[in-house]
Amino acid sequence: MASPQPRIGVVMYPGSNDDHDALWALSALDAESIPVWHEERELPDLDAVVLPGGFSYGDYLRCGAIARFSPATAAVKEFADAGGLVLGICNGFQILCEAGLLPGVLLQNESLRFICRDVPLVVERDDLPFTTRCAHGQRLVIPVKHGDGRWFAPPGLVSELEANRQVVLRYDETCNGSVDDIAGICNERGNVMGLMPHPEHAVDPLLGSADGALILASLVEAARNHALTLA
Amino acid sequence: MRATILVRPKSGILDPQGAAVETALEHLGFSVSGARVGKVVDLEVASDDATEVRAQVEKMCEQLLANPLMESYEIELHG
Repeated sequence: MASPQPRIGVVMYPGSNDDHDALWALSALDAESIPVWHEERELPDLDAVVLPGGFSYGDYLRCGAIARFSPATAAVKEFADAGGLVLGICNGFQILCEAGLLPGVLLQNESLRFICRDVPLVVERDDLPFTTRCAHGQRLVIPVKHGDGRWFAPPGLVSELEANRQVVLRYDETCNGSVDDIAGICNERGNVMGLMPHPEHAVDPLLGSADGALILASLVEAARNHALTLA
Repeated sequence: MRATILVRPKSGILDPQGAAVETALEHLGFSVSGARVGKVVDLEVASDDATEVRAQVEKMCEQLLANPLMESYEIELHG
C-alpha cells in the first residue's frame, strides 16, 4: 500500500506573499498542500501547518501583531497546543512570536536595510520534526528576505533557550544583528518552529540551492508519520 | 476622552533608527546623544471617566499596542 500523502495547511493572511511558494514546495515534496483562509475559525483535518512569509496586515504596528488576532491564528494555536506541527517562515515566525507560541520578538535589522540574499546557516538540532533530514553542524544555504529579522530576547530568556536546546538554526555569518546569530528557534515541546530564512525558496537546485528541501521534507515526513498513526 | 500613548523601545535595546537619526542630526551640526525613535498612538475612548479610560488604555497596551519584550509605554489623557 502506498504511504498516505500528508495534509499540510498553509494559512493565507491578507498580505501573505509566499503562501503559493510554500504550497508549491510542499506539493513538490509529496505532501497535499492545502490553503487555509485567515478567516477560518477551524482548521480542516491537517497533519501540519505552515505560516508563510509576507507582510500580513501590512506589518502595521509591529510585524505579526495584527495577524495574531485573526481567527485562523487562534485555530493554529489550538492545533499547536494539542501537539500539532507548526512551522512559521519569516512573517510566519514573527506571527508565532507575537502570538506567544515562540519566545522572543523580531526587530528591525541592525543595518536598517532590507536584506535579500542567500545566507549560510548552521544546524543546531537534527532531532526535530523539522530537521530530521539535516545533520547536526551541517551548513545550509537558504535565502533570507526581510527588513525585520533581528531576533531578540532578554539575556535571561536567551540562556534559558540555549539551556533547553531551543536554538535550531544560526547564521554562519553576520546577517541582521540577531542575538547569538539566531536564525530559527523552536518551542520547548519541539512541535513549533520559526525561522527567518525561506526554505520554500530553496527546494530545487535551479533556484541556487535545494537546502530548504531538507527542512520541508523533514516536515513532510513527520506529517506523513502523523497521518500513518491515524490511518 | 482623548488618549495619547507613547511607545518607546526599552532602554538597553539597540535602536538602529534612533542611532541613524542621531547621526543625521550630528551631520546637521547639532550636538545630541541618546536619540531613540518610538511611536505615538492617538485615540478617542468612549468614556469621560479618567480612571476607566486609563484602565482600558492599559489593557490596549498590554494586548496590542506595545510588546512588553521590547517596548515600554506611557499614557497621557486629555480633557
